[in-house]
Amino acid sequence: MLSQISLQEKTALYLSGVNKSFDGFKAINNLNLMIMPGELRAIIGPNGAGKTTMMDIITGKIRPDSGEVFFRSEIDLTKHTEAEIANLGIGRKFQKPTVIETLTVFENLELALKGKRPVWDALFFSLTAEGRARIDEVFAIVGLGGRRAKLAGSLAHGEKQRLEIGMLLAQSPELLLVDEPAAGMTDEETEKLSEILRSIAGNHSVVVVEHDMEFIRSLDSTVTVLHEGTVIAEGSLAKVQQDQRVIEVYLGR
Amino acid sequence: MSVKGPLIIQLLQEKTTARFLLTLAALAILMPVLNLVVPPDSVFHVSTYTLTLLGKYLSYALLALAVDLIWGYCGILSLGHGAFFALGGYAMGMYLMRQIGERGVYGDPILPDFMVFLNWSELPWFWYGFDQFWFAALMVVLVPGTLAFCFGWLAFRSRVTGVYLSIITQALTYALMLAFFRNEMGFGGNNGLTDFKDILGFDLQSDATRNVLFLVTILFLALAYVFCKWITTSKFGRVLVGVRDAESRTRFMGYRVEHYKLFVFVASAIIAGIAGAMYVPQVGIINPGEFSPINSIEIIIWVAIGGRGTLYGAVMGAFLVNYAKTYFTAAFPELWLFMLGGLFVVTTLYLPKGFKGIFDRVVKPKKTIAAEGGA
Repeated sequence: MLSQISLQEKTALYLSGVNKSFDGFKAINNLNLMIMPGELRAIIGPNGAGKTTMMDIITGKIRPDSGEVFFRSEIDLTKHTEAEIANLGIGRKFQKPTVIETLTVFENLELALKGKRPVWDALFFSLTAEGRARIDEVFAIVGLGGRRAKLAGSLAHGEKQRLEIGMLLAQSPELLLVDEPAAGMTDEETEKLSEILRSIAGNHSVVVVEHDMEFIRSLDSTVTVLHEGTVIAEGSLAKVQQDQRVIEVYLGR
Repeated sequence: MSVKGPLIIQLLQEKTTARFLLTLAALAILMPVLNLVVPPDSVFHVSTYTLTLLGKYLSYALLALAVDLIWGYCGILSLGHGAFFALGGYAMGMYLMRQIGERGVYGDPILPDFMVFLNWSELPWFWYGFDQFWFAALMVVLVPGTLAFCFGWLAFRSRVTGVYLSIITQALTYALMLAFFRNEMGFGGNNGLTDFKDILGFDLQSDATRNVLFLVTILFLALAYVFCKWITTSKFGRVLVGVRDAESRTRFMGYRVEHYKLFVFVASAIIAGIAGAMYVPQVGIINPGEFSPINSIEIIIWVAIGGRGTLYGAVMGAFLVNYAKTYFTAAFPELWLFMLGGLFVVTTLYLPKGFKGIFDRVVKPKKTIAAEGGA
């Protein structure tokens, strides 16, 4: 099946027939998903739909029981570790904003900056002019430039969210997986975030997992609805909202 | 941040490093002068006993530095670092043992006394080479380093962290203690290695040798400090902090966390081994008691009391606690353990930054502390 796909067009991310159970509970059940290069995709689903487990599988944190997970149609992600997958070009933002609190905002970005990761390179690292320019670019996108010397731990919740997005951008990944970025943000921040995500799509593939319907609407992208570990609907938000199964899942019978 | 030039120059321009190295230099000049030049009847005379005691504290400070490097910066709470210290000490002790030669009680030119006593007829293979100083010096580094590498490779690769890691490091040192207590192991059993005569041909009891040992220990402490400072101020150090505060975030940024942990763990074990090798000739004995779990826990207390994650805090803690120990175990022997426990509790509850926190408040202007925030 994979070979047919790659003959037609290269996918950024390709999941086919993925299964994963925990102690008999099927967290992911025959999941199929295809993300094209440069695409912005929103994934929604009620709690326990398997969104985070799906991200864990893509980023190598957990291994699927069966199924195919391919990056750029050629790299089998089930055979790589988290660090390798990150270096291949997949960046991940956690549900809870996770930044390194005892480092400054600038140091957080510097650490995330795309570059060589072995121990030796870190010991003899010095920030190049291009690196500095890249960090300034990221500041221009996510803001926070005025807070570069502040400890990341002193930032407000929404600022931490933006810093983490900035860290993801500094990594220059081809594919960004963004887990509930709008959680705990003000309306203004949410709007700004949606703008950032739309602007980076095109150059990057972006997968956003989110609960906030207003936010999803503002992304104006294809929506995939996940329920009990499988895709139950896919399409524009308007189309998905008309879907009988989606209504059942969300409203209960 | 704006300072340019080679890292070592940058380090020396940094205030704490400069202050720390100047203090060590002052000690290195002052103590030998007060010991050798000032006449013994003067109030300013420092006895050889005091000098050696200071030398012992310095080797403890070196050990504390090793622990602070992994615990303070990378969050690896090793409760078995005494094992690396003891192994370095044993490597040095074996050399000193073989230096005794025919001067032992039994007068055997090759076999140390305890082997003759056990009726052994030849030297076990693992004692070969220890008649050479260079070989022993190599083993001081190699034995703790290799053990740390094997242990760390298995533990970090399997992602053993937190309390579980602490427990297995504790088990490691306990197992080594039991092994070294056995006479059949060939390391002197219960009594360990002692009755040393000389080092590189120089009498260990002479004032000159004592002074040189003191100076060499200071030198190693200074070198280790600069090395640790270099590691922790490089990007490597910031990756370590990342691992400490948000391990999975660091992993998802593409850093092979287990490699970083392994490197710093091995470096730390080697520093601990060197500390042990400095300790043994000054104290004159090494026995399996050094492997006891309580010793390793005490190191953690030094670092916690001094203030973790600052390097010089660990050195201060080692001096402070051990000075208190020397004083109180003589003055109120039965109270010491309660005091140590009490000190630890007070530090944990009221001084999260240890004595280094108090020190900073006195030395630094208020503004800097405010700027540092909750770091």
